Amino acid sequence: MSDLAIERTIAPQWLSVKLNWPTKVALGIIAVLVICAVAGHWLAPYDPNATNLVGRLQSPNAEHWLGTDHLGRDILSRLIVGSRVSLGSVALCLVLILGLGILVGGASGFIGGRTDQIIMRFTDVFLTFPTLVLALFMVGMLGTGLVNVIVAIALSHWAWYARIVRGIVLSLKHRDFILASRLAGATRVQVFIKHLLPATLSQLLVLATLDIGHMMLHVSGLSFLGLGVTAPTPEWGVMISDARQYVWTEPLLVFWPGLALFFSVMAFNILGDAIRDKLDPHLCAEHGH
Amino acid sequence: MLAFTLRRLLLLVPILLAASLVIFLLLRLGPSDPAMDYLRLSRVPPTPQALEEARRMLGLDQPIVVQYLDWLWRGPSLDFGNSYAPQRPVLPDLLYYLPATLKLAGVALVLALGISFPLGMWAARYRDRFPDQSVRLLAFFGVSMPNFWLGFLLVLVFSVHLGWLPPMGMGGWSHIVMPAFAISLMSLCINARLLRASMLEVKGQRHVTYARLRGLSEISVERSHVLRNALLPIITATGMHIGELIGGTLIIESIFGWPGVGRYAVSAIFNRDYPVIQCFTLLMVGIFVLCNLIVDIVYAWADPRIRLSAEGVQ
Repeated sequence: MSDLAIERTIAPQWLSVKLNWPTKVALGIIAVLVICAVAGHWLAPYDPNATNLVGRLQSPNAEHWLGTDHLGRDILSRLIVGSRVSLGSVALCLVLILGLGILVGGASGFIGGRTDQIIMRFTDVFLTFPTLVLALFMVGMLGTGLVNVIVAIALSHWAWYARIVRGIVLSLKHRDFILASRLAGATRVQVFIKHLLPATLSQLLVLATLDIGHMMLHVSGLSFLGLGVTAPTPEWGVMISDARQYVWTEPLLVFWPGLALFFSVMAFNILGDAIRDKLDPHLCAEHGH
Repeated sequence: MLAFTLRRLLLLVPILLAASLVIFLLLRLGPSDPAMDYLRLSRVPPTPQALEEARRMLGLDQPIVVQYLDWLWRGPSLDFGNSYAPQRPVLPDLLYYLPATLKLAGVALVLALGISFPLGMWAARYRDRFPDQSVRLLAFFGVSMPNFWLGFLLVLVFSVHLGWLPPMGMGGWSHIVMPAFAISLMSLCINARLLRASMLEVKGQRHVTYARLRGLSEISVERSHVLRNALLPIITATGMHIGELIGGTLIIESIFGWPGVGRYAVSAIFNRDYPVIQCFTLLMVGIFVLCNLIVDIVYAWADPRIRLSAEGVQ
């Protein structure tokens, strides 16, 4: 056993990780985002929905650091509170996707045989749709609105995860420790929860982190098209959409929400890359979309 | 090669059938009643009689299997029903808007490949030096850039400040550059990074060392021994990116006032105009699947191992 391997068995790997500076910055951004998402309403200097038609379209100034929008609402406050929708919807998406992926992929790989064949053909059909087209279609089926957009994005991403879970389960299914546990009298469900789930989750989380940025872009893209969040709720994509008619006169209105989105997506991308590099250098990032 | 192509073409039929079934069934599983939406869009008050009549007219009183088979049966004659909002045949309307979308997505694809190649090769040639670092930085920013925001930034710089390019509409090349670039940036960046990594990997292989030992110039080694092998992952990645490019086009169209299917589809989604949603989704899936077929064929052509095994040569 090499020194490295010994070290690995003694200390959990992620405790000994030295973070490089982009990862630190990314973690910082994510921390700020989470704080804003949780406590945004207290942190925001103004009520994000308070309109003030006299003071509309102000440039950045001492009172309104980032200025005000076409209804006189404070942009900084709307950005801060808007992080809740972006982050919250992605979190919900992730829960749905991981749940569906593990359930369907796990069942498929674990049961095997004809069931596996049928389930996999079913997921294949979903994989023949371009993600955003599938999401648009799902919104068409469910109707517009934020919750429906979240469900739509989850329903358009889950098939990739189901395939990956199935692959992991298949690769582990016939290992000795699984057989031993079955021999010891564990039921299939117990084996799945106790032995297969942890292995699956650690790999899935890497993929999911790499996907968070992507999902954020899809959520705000659909909101930008007007299919997601409805009027007064602050959301970055909607803010960009609202500001579009002022591109010529007040370009900063479009700039700020996009910048917030850009930095958030970048932070999650950096984090995903870092986790992937640390946990599994061989895992291929190119898994689709 | 021909047999390979034909076999893959035949495979399209079951794929599209399955997609059509999923589209049809899922839309019927949705929470709202198509007859109700039909009446709303035709501005008829939804009395029980009117609902009954609409159901009969739209064939909704039939069992769902019959409805699906009926829809499918009329597919080959290119009749995908009438839209609810203006009572017009769906397919001709979609086909009217489609060329603009395909043109935009196509130019985006060309840009993504055309820019990522020199960038990736440049970065690989000067590994860890300035070109490599700058491409890395560009890719780093590019993959996180929301395409609709980038669209606005481009308008700000090139239309508002510099006044070089028209901000909206369809016309000559000057109209297409900004939207196509906004759509392609992400795929461009991923491809450039991928090509760099792939070229560096191939460069370390023995046939490349041998080519150098034979005294071939650095440029001809790169062109005929490295690039050719390094292309394979790019082809695969391109197949995956086509879906993103189509999706990006649908969003970007609304920024640049591009008269494509995206805006038509979004308004149909708002209105819950079921025949339009069905036909639009199926059309997009068809295009996507077809593009991936082309990618597969290119891959097989570029990789003799696949081409020969498909032809049964061991």
